[in-house]
Amino acid sequence: MNTDTSAPRKLRVATVSLAGCFGCHMSFLDIDERLFELIEHITFDRSPLTDIKTVGPCDIGLIEGGLCNAENVEVLRAFRANCRVLVAVGACAITGGLPALRNHLDVGDMLQAVYGTVPDDPELPLPLNKVHPIHEVVRIDHSLPGCPPPADAFWQLLQDLIAGREPALNKGLIRYD
Amino acid sequence: MSSFSFDGQPVPLQPGDTILQAAQRAGHEVPHLCWHPEVSSSASCRVCTVRVDGRPAAACTTAAAAGQRVDCHTADLRAQRLHLLQMLFVEGNHFCPGCEKSGHCLLQHQAERAGMTDLHYETLNPERPVDASHPDVLFEPNRCILCQLCVRASDELDGKQVFAIGGHGIGAHLLIDSASGRLGDSALSVEDRAAHICPVGALLPKRVGFAVPIGRRTFDDEETRG
Repeated sequence: MNTDTSAPRKLRVATVSLAGCFGCHMSFLDIDERLFELIEHITFDRSPLTDIKTVGPCDIGLIEGGLCNAENVEVLRAFRANCRVLVAVGACAITGGLPALRNHLDVGDMLQAVYGTVPDDPELPLPLNKVHPIHEVVRIDHSLPGCPPPADAFWQLLQDLIAGREPALNKGLIRYD
Repeated sequence: MSSFSFDGQPVPLQPGDTILQAAQRAGHEVPHLCWHPEVSSSASCRVCTVRVDGRPAAACTTAAAAGQRVDCHTADLRAQRLHLLQMLFVEGNHFCPGCEKSGHCLLQHQAERAGMTDLHYETLNPERPVDASHPDVLFEPNRCILCQLCVRASDELDGKQVFAIGGHGIGAHLLIDSASGRLGDSALSVEDRAAHICPVGALLPKRVGFAVPIGRRTFDDEETRG
């Protein structure tokens, strides 16, 4: 006999910052006390906010930042493999963002200029030749534009996904700056 | 008075009207980028494309005629506009977070209105050098959308012919009329209309960036900082 009368299963959400500044995560936290309501409906997998080291099967993956090095690409692919719905969050994930201003410079010259002797330990991920938006490497289901996206845009997206609706940003929640 | 139908509404027309002129006068919004009331039309951006009796046409150059049936705000035209805007975004370096035109930029405004949330296409990463040679005007060619408004303003309003479009295909770019090809050696003055007509952040007067508080910029509204 099934005696389970508990609330519906919580959605599992993973988040990560690739070539990001953590500003999108801060804007996410700007939903303030609504976090208490949110945590009734979701539980966090790998995220800078948890201690989980590798991403497991999830309902939603929120990706902040573009791709600037080899580790970013590996992590992004792991998120795509594990997340049912993958969301590009912020200008960097969607366009490459301001870090992509380095794309007109030679990456070797840049490292030389900054370090003199360039760190070459194999533990360090090699930088990519150019910074790329994440949709150039994996399929993306939804995008939250903004640098960062407004807190209300995170709230709207998660409310829609929790309710099983196709996410739609109201006018005023779409901005690029 | 003769009229045509715009999204089902009758729009009165005057002699010499384009569809865009007549529709705007009647209070309809026609999305556009390269059209400006002070200069002639060029139909380069195609954002104002409408259907005239079922056939696509640029509203800024197509003559309005009595009895026409014009469709503007339909699902397929909205989708086409979105893709045109995405193509312009990937073609340049439109990093709005660091652009002093953000909030005043017509390309950004049209993209927001079109509901653009992603770029869809691969980025092209153009590498055209910035021209900061002019004492009062900056040219950032990686933001130029080749609308030719500066070309037409310099030709038709300033009488200086400082600008032209040169090159072919994806290599097309804005040319500056000076021996060096640089803005500082041209006849452009910051007083010229051409120095201020750019709808994006490509041609900018120097030393006046980020002067307007967020929330009070040209295209900000009460929803923008919601």
